[in-house]
Amino acid sequence: MAVQTEAVKRGSATPFWYDQRVRGILFQVLVLLALLAFAAFITYNTAQNLQRRGIASGFGFLWNTSGFDISFTLIPYKATDTYGRVLLVGILNTLFVSSIGVVLATVLGFLVGILRLSRNWLIGRLATVYIETLRNIPLLLQIIFWYFAVLAALPGVRQSSLWFGSFSLNQRGFYMPAPVLEPGFSWVLAALVVAIGAAFAIGRWARIRRERTGQPFPTLRVNFALIVLLPTLVALLLGIPWSWEYPELTGFNYRGGTVLVPELLALLLALTLYTSAFIAEIVRSGILAVSRGQTEAAMAMGLRPGQVTRLVILPQALRVIIPPLTSQYLNLTKNSSLAIAIAYPELVAVFAGTTLNQTGQAIETIAITMLVYLTISLTISAFMNWYNRRIALVER
Amino acid sequence: MTATEQERYAPGTHPSLPPPAATTGVIGWMRANLFSSPLNVLLTVLSVGILVYIIPPLIEWAFLDATWLGTTREPCNTAEGADKEGACWTIVNARFAQYMYGFYPADERWRVNLAFLLLFGSIFALLLDGVPYKKWIAVFLFVIYPFVGFALFYGGMFGLEEVETRLWGGLMLTLIIATVGIVTSVPFGILLALGRRSDLPIIRMMCVTFIEFVRAVPLITVLFMSSVMLPLFLPVGVNFDKLMRAVVGFALFAAAYMAEVVRGGLQAIPRGQYEGAKALGLGYWKMMGLIVLPQALRIVIPGMVNTFIGLFKDTSLVLIIGLYDLLGIVQASTHDAQWRGLAKEAYAFAAATYFVFCFAMSRYSMYLERKLHTGHKR
Repeated sequence: MAVQTEAVKRGSATPFWYDQRVRGILFQVLVLLALLAFAAFITYNTAQNLQRRGIASGFGFLWNTSGFDISFTLIPYKATDTYGRVLLVGILNTLFVSSIGVVLATVLGFLVGILRLSRNWLIGRLATVYIETLRNIPLLLQIIFWYFAVLAALPGVRQSSLWFGSFSLNQRGFYMPAPVLEPGFSWVLAALVVAIGAAFAIGRWARIRRERTGQPFPTLRVNFALIVLLPTLVALLLGIPWSWEYPELTGFNYRGGTVLVPELLALLLALTLYTSAFIAEIVRSGILAVSRGQTEAAMAMGLRPGQVTRLVILPQALRVIIPPLTSQYLNLTKNSSLAIAIAYPELVAVFAGTTLNQTGQAIETIAITMLVYLTISLTISAFMNWYNRRIALVER
Repeated sequence: MTATEQERYAPGTHPSLPPPAATTGVIGWMRANLFSSPLNVLLTVLSVGILVYIIPPLIEWAFLDATWLGTTREPCNTAEGADKEGACWTIVNARFAQYMYGFYPADERWRVNLAFLLLFGSIFALLLDGVPYKKWIAVFLFVIYPFVGFALFYGGMFGLEEVETRLWGGLMLTLIIATVGIVTSVPFGILLALGRRSDLPIIRMMCVTFIEFVRAVPLITVLFMSSVMLPLFLPVGVNFDKLMRAVVGFALFAAAYMAEVVRGGLQAIPRGQYEGAKALGLGYWKMMGLIVLPQALRIVIPGMVNTFIGLFKDTSLVLIIGLYDLLGIVQASTHDAQWRGLAKEAYAFAAATYFVFCFAMSRYSMYLERKLHTGHKR
């Protein structure tokens, strides 16, 4: 019996190392072991190195006083605050510059992308030159150029002039009036919220009515009017519940108003222009991807040119545009980290730069910085994936 | 035309009249391409306005009023000692050797020239159509050249003087980082892409984690990690060169991006190719190496070149961790007291250099796309 089974085993089955499943498992176990060994090696070395340099690891430093000032903050911050607050300031500054950059780059990119497809020869060429120039020069060079070569050449504070008594562009940045809110302002905000809510409701109602009866409704115009007019009306009724504070030259500097620091200006300019060139190419290819037959068929059905663009071309082009657009938004957010070269105080500059240098907690600061970016990236791509699924082609 | 003239021709024998003057020649072209509608007229006027506003002052600054000759600042000054209106290109003249070679000893620069001559020579030979012995050129480029290049750049062997990497800089350093990063990223990228599409769950998970993690964080944090944390990871006493650390970080970053490009190609290969290869009894590596990868890599070459362009531009980030690549050394030269206020000229030179490389690569990628695009063309 025993002899027989052995013979059967030997005769029928190939040796186990020729079995693909066994091989797969073995290979994976080996790789996993190698990875673990590597991790152990690194951990051991790191512990040794840290001990030799006398650095205590851990996240306790986040509660220590930072002792340095930050030139541009969105939340109150002073040098006696903690490193944890520095981290928060950095994250907010990164998000601030990225969100403004995304909006500006999208608007500019769509504009240039459409202009590049224009039947006007001259404007098409101009758009091409714009795209090719900005795309082929490193972003870091552009940031440095705007900051050190252009903005540094602006007039000094005392030489600068105040346009319309309210704006001034000089070496210290861009000065503009700041609104001073008065108690009634919350009503204006409430009106805006109500108007936006109503706009959504009208859009929904109009869509359902169109699907039932075929009657179109000028949703866009009505909603636009609603969102603009309602808050304006409320503001006028309350006697405009805010006032403007204008910048004024006192001594060596402007007082009052708000200022966009030159670091922020240079970073925004470079990020917007650079990313808009990529977005323009994406928009162009998205529009070209909609076949000509679609336009012709829509025209043949009697749609007006505006309707052809809005109802036929754009929805189809957006399907092609959205995925690469997402990665451009991610790129812009990640690229905002280059601000470290001109000392705009975003996450990498204040946390992975200054904080690391002061505390020596290399592993902790870099790990936290990377985690923050990971979170931002995953959030943006989750949102864009959700949006993409919503507009994606529903096939039968 | 009067009725009597028309009657001279029998029906159908009237010779073709020339097209109306307004639809042909320069005027016709302008009507069709510049003034076809009120909006187009507006756009044309607007673009002419922009051109007039930008181009003449730019030409005046960069060429007509510019100072070209000399290696000091004096020629750029007026008799009164103030700066002249135009560009002062003498900063580029004075610093040109530094912009190209960094602080590489002047007597040894022929080695750099020779190394790049060999590199670009063999790359061009590979890219051009109709060059014989391509296989041997490829073997030279990928197997022999790394050693030759190292010997030439670093020296310390065959009687060549040793040149430490801290003396390297300028365009030379940019090209070295870009080339090493790109060349090592291709094989690693292929392996990562294969791993990501593998049936083995642990391998797949590891590759996905690596790729997604690296792609989600900015390059500068990866460079910080490799420059600050790598020394901590190594055994006590082992020390890595600063340049080496930057290159390691850069190559890891590049590999993740390359992996996604290659994955696109792997996904584009029809299932039948995989099944056919398996039906022929090929194992995993033979199936990939002989059937799938040759087709997949062919499709993704344009995408790879586009990634190369991005990576080439990204090499400028090493200036943040204190290396003097082209941008780094240009920036250093603008901080020199002697050349104060000439940042525009120096950066314009750097921008033009980067532009030439990137633009050439992008044109090549478009040419490849046209060449490989054998169907579906509208």
